[in-house]
Amino acid sequence: MSVEDRTAGAPDAPLPAGRVRIRTEPSLPAITAQAVNGRSAHETREAVFDIRDLAAYYGANCALAGTTLRIYRNLVTAVIGPSGCGKSTFIRSLNRMNDAIPGFRVTGQIQYHGHDVYGSRANRVEVRRRIGMVFQKPNPFPKSIFDNVAWAPRNLGMKRRLADRVEQALIQAALWDEVKDRLHDSALGLSGGQQQRLCIARAIAVEPDVLLLDEPASALDPVSTASIEDLMHNLKHRFTIVIVTHNMQQAARVADRTAFFSLDTAGPERFGTLVEYGDTETIFRGASDSRTRDYVAGRFG
Amino acid sequence: MLFGLCAVAGVIVVLTLVDVVYQLASNGSEAINRFGLGFLIHTAWKPGFNTEGAGALIYGTAFSSLIALVLAAPLGIAIGLYLSMMAPRRVRAVVGPLVEMLAAVPSIIYGFWGLVVLVPFVDHLEPGLHSALGFIPLFGQPTTTGISLLSAGIVLAVMVLPIISALSRDLFLTVPRELKEGAEALGATRWEVIRGIVLPSTASGVGAAVVLGLGRALGEAIAVSFVIGDVSAIHGSVFQPASTAAERIANQFQGPVNALHLSAMFYVGLVLVAIGMLTSIAARMIAGRFDVQRTIGTIY
Ligand SMILES: Nc1ncnc2c1ncn2[C@@H]1O[C@H](COP(=O)(O)OP(=O)(O)O)[C@@H](O)[C@H]1O
Ligand SMILES: [Mg+2]
Repeated sequence: MSVEDRTAGAPDAPLPAGRVRIRTEPSLPAITAQAVNGRSAHETREAVFDIRDLAAYYGANCALAGTTLRIYRNLVTAVIGPSGCGKSTFIRSLNRMNDAIPGFRVTGQIQYHGHDVYGSRANRVEVRRRIGMVFQKPNPFPKSIFDNVAWAPRNLGMKRRLADRVEQALIQAALWDEVKDRLHDSALGLSGGQQQRLCIARAIAVEPDVLLLDEPASALDPVSTASIEDLMHNLKHRFTIVIVTHNMQQAARVADRTAFFSLDTAGPERFGTLVEYGDTETIFRGASDSRTRDYVAGRFG
Repeated sequence: MLFGLCAVAGVIVVLTLVDVVYQLASNGSEAINRFGLGFLIHTAWKPGFNTEGAGALIYGTAFSSLIALVLAAPLGIAIGLYLSMMAPRRVRAVVGPLVEMLAAVPSIIYGFWGLVVLVPFVDHLEPGLHSALGFIPLFGQPTTTGISLLSAGIVLAVMVLPIISALSRDLFLTVPRELKEGAEALGATRWEVIRGIVLPSTASGVGAAVVLGLGRALGEAIAVSFVIGDVSAIHGSVFQPASTAAERIANQFQGPVNALHLSAMFYVGLVLVAIGMLTSIAARMIAGRFDVQRTIGTIY
């Protein structure tokens, strides 16, 4: 497995190789995310992920099947559904976070800007460098606040104006004011909500293209949750965001598009599957599938 | 009841330690009175002339253990990293226990192995090392036997390797998966994760593991006695024969020339116990400073 080879430069270059610094495009003209004049939020947007018939397995167990959807640039896409329906599996497949799990495999295709994420030429490290992830449980490194944010840029050779970069990331993560006077204190001394925002700052400091958030607020108090939700609205101008959430109000508040996953049964097998995907408005107000309607109305899950 | 039992066990441990020190000091009193603290720096060891000094022994002990650590620490940490983070599960399941078994091989067997395999090998190695690195005094003129500090250092390295690798593997396994995933999600390579996250968060524990390995090397007698030559001399070159404190006692305790000779060996023993205690305290301090004592405590 030589997936860590970052320099494979192929003619049909899958993901531009090497530690290329991707400049984040200036935000698109302010099209409000919600449907405007009956136009769907995504219509004018480029697809960042084009996922076709994705299925994921842990050994012989199928956790997710038949998932086909597109995720659009500079939108917040929420993934909702009952627990165990494969939300984490899905989102972790997008940046190959599950590669290290023995027996994990995917079938189908995930195209990221036209490049096959699981293609033989794709580089797992490079994939994750462009597609950052924030986890359910805040996981700051046992380092100073500054070093938490500066660590990855240093690795990537982004050493110029590092202090500025750290400051910008912390500002964008709405944490700067709270930590600017103690940047060199341990990150472990921060509150849970601050730690989670630090993890977001850490992720955006390397200027990824996509931010994946797996239930980022589920371990936090309501105030911290609200501040993370506010963040989503600002961050989507710079990043494409996919957020898994257990909390339907949260999805309704932050997401432009919502994908509803549910558990399906085929004989003895139970696996997650995508039931419905569309504008958040539609999913919450006029879903076409009765399971979606039941779920968003809180009738199960 | 259980508390009483534990208290008794604790008292027994303390009493044993106190008695060990007492026995060494009282049996060594003749040498202690005669040589005083000068014993620690005088190098001549001539039992026939009533002249004994532990200087060369302490030097040989420190030098051979240092060689052992220089070889075994990086290798052991590398093995620990491999077993905890890189090896496929099957390899891990086979190699892990094998490494631990290395620690269960009796030291006399390492002595045999050293004499039969290592000493001739080192003998072949010496000329090459000397011609390549001879400008460093460490690699002086080759001798003709292979019996040397280097051989002793290598035998000791093999003996402490399982300690360092098994302990560091277990330490690396304690690094939370969330931390490693957090680093990977930022596009870090495996090496960056190791260098930036795994090693820093286990550094103190690994340091303590190395010092525990050192403790083992410092006190090893039998295996070393096979390959070091038991010569009381201080040489800069690793190709020269030498002696260590423990090895000297093992070699000469059976046939002391006179009472003073015997007493001097008890004194050497006392010095060795002191060195061992200092090492153990050092390990605790290194581990304790970073609050990983508990980890070390549970795995060692
Ligand atoms: N590391 C794993 N090994 C084996 N099975 C797993 C693993 N992670 C998740 N699963 C299984 O995959 C299914 C989906 O889990 P997950 O994606 O975590 O769901 P969700 O995030 O929606 O709660 C569950 O049945 C779970 O047991
Ligand atoms: Mg989950």
